Amino acid sequence: MTWPSTTTWVIVLVAGLGTYALRASFLAMADRLAALPTDVRELLRMVPAATMAALTLPALLRPDGAWALLGPRALAGVVAGLVAWRTGSVLATVIVGLGAVMALQVLLG
Amino acid sequence: MHDTTASTDLRTPFRTGVRDVAPLLLGVVPFGLVAGLAAVQADLGLPGAVGFSTIVFAGASQLAAIDLLGAGAPTWVVIGTVWVINLRMVMYSASLAPHMATLPRGPRLRAAYLLTDQAYAISIMEFRRRDWAPRQRLALYLGAGTALWVTWQVSTVVGAIGGGAVPDAVPLAFAVPLAFLSLLVPAMTDRPTVVAAVVGGTVATLGVGLPSNLGMPLGAVSGVLAGWLVARHGRTSAPVAGGMADGDRP
Repeated sequence: MTWPSTTTWVIVLVAGLGTYALRASFLAMADRLAALPTDVRELLRMVPAATMAALTLPALLRPDGAWALLGPRALAGVVAGLVAWRTGSVLATVIVGLGAVMALQVLLG
Repeated sequence: MHDTTASTDLRTPFRTGVRDVAPLLLGVVPFGLVAGLAAVQADLGLPGAVGFSTIVFAGASQLAAIDLLGAGAPTWVVIGTVWVINLRMVMYSASLAPHMATLPRGPRLRAAYLLTDQAYAISIMEFRRRDWAPRQRLALYLGAGTALWVTWQVSTVVGAIGGGAVPDAVPLAFAVPLAFLSLLVPAMTDRPTVVAAVVGGTVATLGVGLPSNLGMPLGAVSGVLAGWLVARHGRTSAPVAGGMADGDRP
């Protein structure tokens, strides 16, 4: 069986430890954040919308790096967005979105 | 002494977390398969694939690291790239922290290992949707986090052993952004959060192709700041009308 080199293991360990530190950062001192200033709370309130959009939009508009504003993924995203808005269901959104992108890929060649 | 939380039902929130994250797992499987396959193709073997998936446990950064290792990049570049791609975890950690503030440090530190895009997204949505007790919030988060962890490890191993047999007909990987889209919609509750989403999404899209996937964290930070500025402006001038958080029931 192939076994990674020592250097690779060092990379995996250090990269993993650093990633854990990033994950633990604020959770570790959560008890000392009890009285967060309004400004900080407002800042944190923006995190879900900003991060979800930053994870979503590039995959819809530039799926392969190139702009595709009217491509199958962008259009399927519009359909899926409507489903998400109307139903609030993750499963329905994913299934309709996948169906839409497959149909659109056939239609748009 | 513990108050009522000691007798609080923890099974229901745990199951809620598992159930909520299930649709997102659909998109995680192909990603995990690719992570396993890529590790084997980069000559890291099954141990390398499992090492990455258990110790780093963060898909996008694993793929970038494996790619760089295959290209013979220097050690510090690989490590630095992983850290940069995972910087967004700090935002998730900060966002979840107030919801876990009353829990002991041990459980919080253990929970941190399971922090992912998906576990964060599901948890923050449920924390806003219902009034869970602190220990129930942890149980819910652990439900989502554990389901994702198991799925990730299993699909990594399957990808490393059986890889290459992933069907191309169904673009399953597209389920990942679709799932995030369905969580984005209810996250936009008022003007500041809409601005955060529009700016965050736009900057991230403009930043596609930047080295080390910097576009995503850059977009996220820009969106947070933009939304925050709008909220600040709203507080100092006219009060902004509250959002429409009622339509997002399942």
